[in-house]
Amino acid sequence: MAMIISNEALAPQIYVMKVQGNYKGKMGQFYMLRSGMSYPLLPRPISIYDIGEHDISFLYRVVGEGTRQLSRLLSGQEINLEGPFGNGFPQVEGSLALIGGGMGTAPLLLAAKQYPHAHVYLGFAEQSFGVEAFKAVAASVQVKVGGSIVEQVNPARYKYMFSCGPTPMLQALALQTVGTSSRLYISTERHMACGIGACLGCTIRTRTGNRRVCKEGPVFPVEEVELDDLHGM
Amino acid sequence: MISMACNIAGVSMKNPIIMASGTYGFGREYQEYVAPALLGGIVGKGLTLHPKDGNQGVRINETASGLLNSVGLENPGVVAFLKDELDEMTRWDTAVIANIGGANLEEYVQAVALITENAQKRRTMNRRGVDMLELNISCPNVKQGGMQFGVQTEMAREVVRQVRNVTTLPLVVKLSPNAENITEMAIMCEKEGADGVSLINTFSAMKIDIRRRRSVFENTYAGLSGPAIKPIALRMVHQVAQAVSIPVIGIGGISSVEDIIEFTMAGAAAIQIGTYNFVQLRAGAELVEGLEQWMQREKVNSLDEIRGII
Repeated sequence: MAMIISNEALAPQIYVMKVQGNYKGKMGQFYMLRSGMSYPLLPRPISIYDIGEHDISFLYRVVGEGTRQLSRLLSGQEINLEGPFGNGFPQVEGSLALIGGGMGTAPLLLAAKQYPHAHVYLGFAEQSFGVEAFKAVAASVQVKVGGSIVEQVNPARYKYMFSCGPTPMLQALALQTVGTSSRLYISTERHMACGIGACLGCTIRTRTGNRRVCKEGPVFPVEEVELDDLHGM
Repeated sequence: MISMACNIAGVSMKNPIIMASGTYGFGREYQEYVAPALLGGIVGKGLTLHPKDGNQGVRINETASGLLNSVGLENPGVVAFLKDELDEMTRWDTAVIANIGGANLEEYVQAVALITENAQKRRTMNRRGVDMLELNISCPNVKQGGMQFGVQTEMAREVVRQVRNVTTLPLVVKLSPNAENITEMAIMCEKEGADGVSLINTFSAMKIDIRRRRSVFENTYAGLSGPAIKPIALRMVHQVAQAVSIPVIGIGGISSVEDIIEFTMAGAAAIQIGTYNFVQLRAGAELVEGLEQWMQREKVNSLDEIRGII
């Protein structure tokens, strides 16, 4: 159990929870969070948003009962968290773009901190959130609310791209990357139970067979993933 | 002096807490969080003769006090299990139980024959092999095999009989709550030479995505587990334990020491933890420690004192 320092709304249904403690983790990894209530049963996988010396933060959207419970927790209350899990984004050298859509911006903040030279592209359907955190660490941040942020990205400019967001956004980016030498890594999402690779509940199809999002992922080179398989999640 | 030790079909276990198939991988993933040596036993991920990719689409979905799964027996196949997983599993001081599924009778028989042969070979080299088999005739998530064998007693009889013919390993049959008559099924297993029965597997269940106007799961139905099924599992364990003299392993939504005690009082010789492993990463360690404390507190020296008292 760990103590919640703060749990505040950034926008309607969007919260940042800061938890006290000396936690490890790198860009693109996640923790399993559980409020301790008897329902829902399962912890929720949430990307690491930020890590400080004595705290860790999670940016999340209220989508169901599990995240609704998380949003009701107050500073001073306790939470169960286990992690870090997953592979995270790879360490790279060279030009880098970070492209996030909606909640998909969450796992990119640590990458922006690690690579201040990276160009950051943030797209939101209706309302932006968390942009200031990126602006504080990145030299270049482009934001689009409504429409597609992908249109502003020229993959040929970058050796590497890290992306997380809705499947149509990832598909558009993948298409745009075809024929360039840019290497695109995407962070995937799936319902999960165990978070550590045991239950096979989060498996996706890849070119090299089934892979567990929680263990071999959530980050994959885009060419490995059958993007159509990500639909319906 | 308190002892949690139990003996299932000739296999000694330091306690009655076993990790259920499909919820614990082959143990590797959990060893960082729960020392396998703490546990009575580990049932590996359900194996089939040939590797299986499992089901497409959504595989996991939560429901009130329960979990729906449609994993569909994704597994590396028996040969890869024996080659890649068994050495690691047998290094731990805990009973190793292989769970076997099949699309048809021949697959069950061949898979069991391979594991038995491997265990015998390893024994001649003074190495541990699989300690026990759990025959899975009850998976609701595969179109062929699995539950179809576990519903009709006469169909199940043939599987148990033929498998019994090709193995000397202790054989436990995992029963389906979807069976026409689970007590008859258990009696049949005992008659055909099974050394024990474990119950229950998941209930065939359903969830509908009303926005998309279709079932959440590609296979329409999925298997329901978790606390939601516990009272029904307990009733079935109680009925079966009264009807057979072979050990009964209780499974179904067990999430606390009190649940373990209930199943023991209903007649279970041991229990398996499934969904609770997902709720609490360290479930195995928590329950082993909690059970010992309960026994000390209640001055119960052996679970035999309370087993089957209802």
